[in-house]
Amino acid sequence: MTTILTVLTVLCYAASWGFYLRLLYGARPVTGRVATVLLALGITFHYLALLERSRWVHSVPYQDLHGAMSLFAWLLALTYLGLELFHRQRSVGAFLLPFVLILLLAATLAHPAGPPGPPPARGSVFALHVTLSILAYAAFALSFVLSFMFLAEERLLRSHKLGTIVWRFPALELLERMSRSSVLVGLVAIVVGMCLGFVSIDRLTGRVWRYDPKYLVTLLVVFLYAAYLYLGRTTNWRGARASKLCIFNFSIVLLSVSVVNLFLSRWHRFF
Amino acid sequence: MEIVLVGLNHRTASVEVRERVSFTVEQARRAAEQLRSRGILEETLVLSTCNRSEVYGVPPENAQESATALSVFLSSFHAIHPDELHGSLYHHYDRDAVRHLFRVAAGLDSMMLGEAEILGQVREAYRVAQEFGATGPVLNRLFQGALELGKRVRAETELGARPMSVASAGVKLAERIFGKLQQCTALVLGAGTISEQVVSQLRDRKIGQLYVANRSRERATDLGERFGAKAVTWEEWGRALTTSDIVVSCVSAAQVVLRREDVERVMAARGNRALFLIDLGVPRNIEPSAANLYNVYLYNVDDLTEIVEQNRRARESEIPRAEEIVNEHIGKFLSWQASVELGSVLNALRSRLREERSAFLQARLAQMNHMSAEDRQRIEVLMEELLEKLLLEPAEHLRGERHLRRKIQNVEALRDLFLPQREKP
Repeated sequence: MTTILTVLTVLCYAASWGFYLRLLYGARPVTGRVATVLLALGITFHYLALLERSRWVHSVPYQDLHGAMSLFAWLLALTYLGLELFHRQRSVGAFLLPFVLILLLAATLAHPAGPPGPPPARGSVFALHVTLSILAYAAFALSFVLSFMFLAEERLLRSHKLGTIVWRFPALELLERMSRSSVLVGLVAIVVGMCLGFVSIDRLTGRVWRYDPKYLVTLLVVFLYAAYLYLGRTTNWRGARASKLCIFNFSIVLLSVSVVNLFLSRWHRFF
Repeated sequence: MEIVLVGLNHRTASVEVRERVSFTVEQARRAAEQLRSRGILEETLVLSTCNRSEVYGVPPENAQESATALSVFLSSFHAIHPDELHGSLYHHYDRDAVRHLFRVAAGLDSMMLGEAEILGQVREAYRVAQEFGATGPVLNRLFQGALELGKRVRAETELGARPMSVASAGVKLAERIFGKLQQCTALVLGAGTISEQVVSQLRDRKIGQLYVANRSRERATDLGERFGAKAVTWEEWGRALTTSDIVVSCVSAAQVVLRREDVERVMAARGNRALFLIDLGVPRNIEPSAANLYNVYLYNVDDLTEIVEQNRRARESEIPRAEEIVNEHIGKFLSWQASVELGSVLNALRSRLREERSAFLQARLAQMNHMSAEDRQRIEVLMEELLEKLLLEPAEHLRGERHLRRKIQNVEALRDLFLPQREKP
């Protein structure tokens, strides 16, 4: 069901991306403000679309692949907006919004034919567990984009091939700081989400621990991102090496939400 | 209403002439007073920088006469023989004067294309002239437009965005790595002209801590005192190196000043935090292989010169965009000017037609003795109504004309046809 809200969301995100791109190519500062307003508008429409879908399926929006991906896209956009306002840096928007748009379009393609049956009653703790986990993945995705930008800019600076783009990128130090902020948000979200997951499974089955490869991979993700935060500040890893580690970490996250969920986990499907 | 501009700049006059024709604030005030009291200009604004001295004004009558008088005035005011200024001074009127000012404010007329300082200088000149009460409605509008335009050009184009000197390119690159420099420490080796430029740029960027080292301690101290930097002896700069994020070396030395091993040692001491090395020395002061170390960024003078050259080309490619904005603002100003002009032309035309009507009626009615005083008065009223009716339609047509060029042409045609005694430049 592609609603008018979904169409408005895509339009706002696409227009926002256009304005972010224009800003990157030297437009007036007002262009950046318009891009931010459009992004905020897109996030609002997206939220309403998720709400509408929840009412339609009588369930949380992550009950199927479509909902999970759409929520992921929404949280990614929301995390970026928060980070943009916090760090007052708009040039990342041009690189991030394509991911949001691709996720949203993929979610639309993965749309089920009809409304699913009533979901199993799992309670609000479970809902929070899933939401926080997806928020964590969104924050990690954002840090991936930022780390990628860092490496690209660092390579250009080291090779002295600045071109036009380097002058429009944020400073390396800022990219690193934004990436760290994003990872911090993700780490807190995933740890709290994981704890809530244990509470939830305890309530549903009466057992805190059930063997699931997802647990191990999630613990590995937590460990790797904690290592990124630690190493990036205190040792020889700061700079490009930390960014490479961040990119590697995100590949584990992707592995976790794809191979592990689809083929190995019994309790996790779309997140 | 006309605008006149008389001035000289780096293209028309040598630095010796420019020096002699420059104005201090006090001189600008005196010049404005004298120009008004002598009836040369009604409104005056003096723009004086190291590259230009220009007087903008609104003449009371004939603009060309005012421009000539202004040239003579400049000679006498600065005690320069008029022959010495011959060929250096340029005169611009109305649209050309507006275009000139707008190009100046945009940085298009600067020695260094797109330089940022000129906008501040225009703003300051306007503020000073306003304080004296030397400006009026025309120059206020003109200079407010110029300031608005200058900001727009800098915001919407890349004309002033990229560094154009080796020193500023180095400092801008440091900002690409460290962001704002308030938290950074820099060490400058050498106290020559280039070092001074770097120190000045770093200070402008509010660098947190700044060290200067030179073989001659006195020169380092002198440079340090002038720019608020800490001078260190040549033997001690190694200690400052450990805490520095940016190292600029511009020393005449036959051998390298900073070896790869030194940089390696420093990087270990600073926990591999990024280090930006700028080598402006020829022969090079920093061992090139230091660039291969992790988190070390090394740029030499050729690298920076290449960046400056790229930036110059990038700035030049922005000229058409900047000129477009200039033209847009000229249009805005002329539109305002034309609307004001239209009112005054219509009023002058109405007065002229009334005079003609009175003379005509007086001559014709003198021969019509049979008419009563009442009839004469009625004819006068009818003629007045006819006159207003005749004027109403063209006036509305002119006011409603949206095409600026046609509007100006119509106003000028009206003036040429009916008010030939009103001269224009």
